[in-house]
Amino acid sequence: MKVIEFKEVSFRYFSPSKETEALKNVHFQVTEGEMVSIVGPSGCGKSTLLSLISGMAFPSQGEVKLFNNKVKEPSHRVGYMLQHDHLFPWRDILSNLLLGAQIRKMDVNEAKKRALYLLEKYGLGDFAHFTPGQLSGGMKQRVALIRTLVVQPDMLILDEPFSALDYQTRLRLSDEIWHIIRDQKKTAVIVTHDLSEAIAMSDRVLVMSKRPGTIKSEHLIHFAGKRPSPLQVRQQSDYQEYFNDIWKELDGDE
Amino acid sequence: MSELQSPQYQAYLRRNKRRKRLIWVTRTLLLLLFILSWEVSTALHWVDSMLTGAPSKIIASFQEYVFRSGILYHSWVTTYETVIGFLLSMVIGFILSILLWYSPFLSRVLDPYLVVLNALPKVALGPIFYIWLGDRLSIYGMAVAISVIVTILMLNAGFQELSGSQLKLMQSFGANRWQILRYVLLPASIPDFVATMKVNVGLTLVGVIMGEFLSSKAGLGYLILYGGQIFQMNLVMTSIVLLAILSIILYGIVSFLGNLLLRKYHFQ
Repeated sequence: MKVIEFKEVSFRYFSPSKETEALKNVHFQVTEGEMVSIVGPSGCGKSTLLSLISGMAFPSQGEVKLFNNKVKEPSHRVGYMLQHDHLFPWRDILSNLLLGAQIRKMDVNEAKKRALYLLEKYGLGDFAHFTPGQLSGGMKQRVALIRTLVVQPDMLILDEPFSALDYQTRLRLSDEIWHIIRDQKKTAVIVTHDLSEAIAMSDRVLVMSKRPGTIKSEHLIHFAGKRPSPLQVRQQSDYQEYFNDIWKELDGDE
Repeated sequence: MSELQSPQYQAYLRRNKRRKRLIWVTRTLLLLLFILSWEVSTALHWVDSMLTGAPSKIIASFQEYVFRSGILYHSWVTTYETVIGFLLSMVIGFILSILLWYSPFLSRVLDPYLVVLNALPKVALGPIFYIWLGDRLSIYGMAVAISVIVTILMLNAGFQELSGSQLKLMQSFGANRWQILRYVLLPASIPDFVATMKVNVGLTLVGVIMGEFLSSKAGLGYLILYGGQIFQMNLVMTSIVLLAILSIILYGIVSFLGNLLLRKYHFQ
């Protein structure tokens, strides 16, 4: 089943001094259960693309469809994970997790059960009543992911989810987040500027050109046998080949 | 304590403690020195005690001020007016700054007016308040006029700090502007709110004294003006000292409440 469908999408935005074409003829699909990464030079419109998926912006031309419906408003079926965790210091971890449920006026008791279950399952069960300040950066980012899972989205979009973290945490966390997303059987779109992260985490990598952004090429990431986890991927012999291919693609833009 | 404390660390702690004590002692000595030189210079007629008053005379006639001039009553009036003025201007400022946040259009429209009102010396409005509000209420008018604009500007600057990606997070959950206000903006601006309260209490006191100067029958401002007119410098000085004590107490209470608020919401 098609989860996301972009049909010849262009996007322009305006400021008093000029008009900017951010995306041009973007055309791609994502099917259920897939993890797709989008890489490209900074300012190429990667985040704009996520805004179009999440219904915070709308195409100037073309069409964006989610689950075969045209996107007209922020959809409850999309979970958004950002670069910063934005866990609020005046709420403890559990009540941070309930934020989305409160805003959407969902059954808070049900949401609380889900939140506690997910915390327990992903190794944060003891921290429900801690304040965000007492957790490490990596833990906070895991809580941020759980916060989006509590409202039960069908798909996730992740906008540079690890770039505020130090290198080691980043590697370990991308592995953990990957496991969680697989485990929850969610479709996911990840925007990153880290090429190795894109290869390690996804089934498919889309390479974007510089502005006006368009999909330059598509790379299926495939390994023989069972899909290795991100940490294992980096040790595979094919990994370097994928890396070199996509690197060349990106480099052609300079 | 089982923690390791090396001799160097202990020496460091001792040094710190000694330094702290030295600062306190010097502070107190400075005050005593000031009072002493004031007293000596009037006693030896270096300066005219008619113009400066004298500490010994202030102490000697303090009882008289309490019972005949009712100085404590006047302090109470000023306190009362300041508390009411402070609450009024915090509430008005808070509501207006939320309105300005809620409607960016309104905020843009009113921006130049706020700039002008901020720059305008509010004391100049005194006669207007007197005519519009009468001699008692004009004090509140003056107090609010002096403190409310800064309150609006400070709270609004805090609201503007709400980051774009925090908004994005809220929007991704489908939050409307009212929910953003309730779940993020208000709790996030508690530190700004506390800082604003601290500035506001001082400005309100300025407004109250100014208002009492212009029109009143009671209050420390009234007493200072009255004491000046009948050339009772000791009364003026005593009122000023009480005013200083009052301002410290009010500021202390506001900081204390502010810290409670900050701790309750885990900002400290």
